[in-house]
Amino acid sequence: MIQAFAFYLFASVLLASAVLVISARNPVHSVLWLILGFFNAAGLMLLAGAEFIAMLLVIVYVGAVAVLFLFVVMMLNIDFAELRAGFARYLPFGILLALVLAVEMIFAVGAWNAGSIDMAQRIAPIASDVPNIKAIGALLYTQYLFVFEGAGLVLLVALIGAIVLTHRERAGVRPQNISEQVKRRPQDAVRNIDQPVGQGVKL
Amino acid sequence: MSYVESLTLTLPELVLTIGALVLLLVAGWAGDKATRAISWASVLLLFVAGLTLNCGQGVAFGGQYQADAFAAFSKVLIYFAAGASILIAPRFFQLADGSHVGLRAEYPILILLACVGMGMMVSAGDMMSLYVGLELNSLAAYVLASFMRSDSRSAEAGLKYFVLGALASGILLYGISLVYGFTGTTSFAGIAKAYGEGMSMGKLFGLVFVFSGLAFKVSAVPFHMWTPDVYEGAPTPVTTFFASAPKVAAMGMGVRLAVEAMGSAADQWQQIVIFAALASTVLGGVAAINQTNIKRLLAYSSINNVGFALIGLAAGTKEGIAAVLTYLAVYVVMTIGSFVCVLQMRDAEGRPVENISALAGLSRSRPGLAAAFAVFMFSLAGIPPLFGFWPKFLVFDAAVAVGLLPLAAVGIATSVIGAFYYIKVVKIIYFDEPASDAMIPASTLVETGLMTATALAVSPLGYLAIPILATLSGRAAGALF
Repeated sequence: MIQAFAFYLFASVLLASAVLVISARNPVHSVLWLILGFFNAAGLMLLAGAEFIAMLLVIVYVGAVAVLFLFVVMMLNIDFAELRAGFARYLPFGILLALVLAVEMIFAVGAWNAGSIDMAQRIAPIASDVPNIKAIGALLYTQYLFVFEGAGLVLLVALIGAIVLTHRERAGVRPQNISEQVKRRPQDAVRNIDQPVGQGVKL
Repeated sequence: MSYVESLTLTLPELVLTIGALVLLLVAGWAGDKATRAISWASVLLLFVAGLTLNCGQGVAFGGQYQADAFAAFSKVLIYFAAGASILIAPRFFQLADGSHVGLRAEYPILILLACVGMGMMVSAGDMMSLYVGLELNSLAAYVLASFMRSDSRSAEAGLKYFVLGALASGILLYGISLVYGFTGTTSFAGIAKAYGEGMSMGKLFGLVFVFSGLAFKVSAVPFHMWTPDVYEGAPTPVTTFFASAPKVAAMGMGVRLAVEAMGSAADQWQQIVIFAALASTVLGGVAAINQTNIKRLLAYSSINNVGFALIGLAAGTKEGIAAVLTYLAVYVVMTIGSFVCVLQMRDAEGRPVENISALAGLSRSRPGLAAAFAVFMFSLAGIPPLFGFWPKFLVFDAAVAVGLLPLAAVGIATSVIGAFYYIKVVKIIYFDEPASDAMIPASTLVETGLMTATALAVSPLGYLAIPILATLSGRAAGALF
């Protein structure tokens, strides 16, 4: 009972926020609706028993991708009115794309109803008593440790590459040098003078 | 198998990875002042990693990684080529952009990390480790190609390489996913078992896509288009690296995949390999004729040579694979030698020149360099007294032994066509009137030493190495069957 209730709640909110993403006038609102959509999709994944994907959705999509969208939308000065200007002109092409998508969906459902193709024969059986986070973790850090570390090195190379190709020393910047600031003594910076009345201060 | 045993088997990669990380910290701390020390330390690391190849053979991490004679043979070539590309770099970068900034410390570190990736490629026992190794190598290569970022040609080379390389990775990955989908496994042993049970449309498509991706990485025709542009634009030491180490790695990976994973589908991939071999030798021979830039010429020469090496793979026998390995060994030495010669081409102000016409009259101004250049050109052409002839003979021999007579005949014909442009370079060096802007002698001790050693190795003296080379390559090829 509670599952059915949760499903209809998540599903209806997801659909509603998806519609609002494309119909909201303000792009910032669109991104916020998108984040709500991701959260509800994560809820649906939890109901389906895929808690790892649910967490990925929240961490990766909400935490990183959507926030990135938000930054892009707010930082770049994009004229959305201009972007929407060609709507009528591109409508036929859009309809064509929508038709292709619809045909693909019909095919997919048809193929699914016709039974799976001869793929699944050799796939290892899924142990039902192990939670999938635990199963993925165990595989990542045992059997696939080598590949996992290799993927880490790939990311490191990407990091080095980005710095090598973009970092340049600029002359004339005045960065804060904390150790110099800390080392500065009062007697170097402060001077006590006995200032007579009626004369200017000599600096 | 315990972690300790697995880690012992992966010791070469471990040494390079930890070494690269430590050197990265040193570079971060000491800045570009430490580049010279870091370069030498990297070469030392490559040497140590080469020594650890002796540490044992076996399968590590549940079949993800295989340490065998084949991997060891390829890795020795890779480490040698990488070490040479590190050693020749500092002087080039100092003179190249005129600002005398010199080499930045990330260059040797990126090469070390690329070597880790190439090591993963040649010892892969699973599609996953193969792909991760390939990406590690390619990503480092994209950065290296645009290492001289103020130079527009270098930036263009990096961008071009990145876009096309990403496309090829996508093709390869699509093939891998098809193979996984239709065989249910990513391990080479499992794939071999599934392909042994007979061919289906899905498996065939997977095989074709995987081989297309591999053909891109070895720059075999019809996936060669990036090669001349990238080789021309990239800084010359980086081009040296591209033409040698990743070629060996990609070829080794392709051979292992073809024999170990898809050996039972040999008559399917043989067609692809034969076509790629023929097309590469023909295009590499014909398209190089009109080139005026020496780096472009050597790029077409590398396409041509990859075609010859593929002839050995097309034979598919143990002798054929041994011939491929011998070919790669000699090819790496010849390529490094000829690129070191190219590095010596500088105008009066010390800036690098790449026009072939600038070589005119070199025999009078610098007879030693001219002789070395001639040796490499004749050897690349495969003219008998020089050692470049021997591996060509071996691949043709292997092809004839399995009845691929037409393939060998076309190969021999195209090698005659290819000889034309190699000999043209020699003719310019020895018989043309000297150009007005004389080249200044700028070679360092390291470059002279490297040039002399490689020239001696491909000279007729190289024939003394045949027994050792034959034993080693035979043992390496035997590890796959």
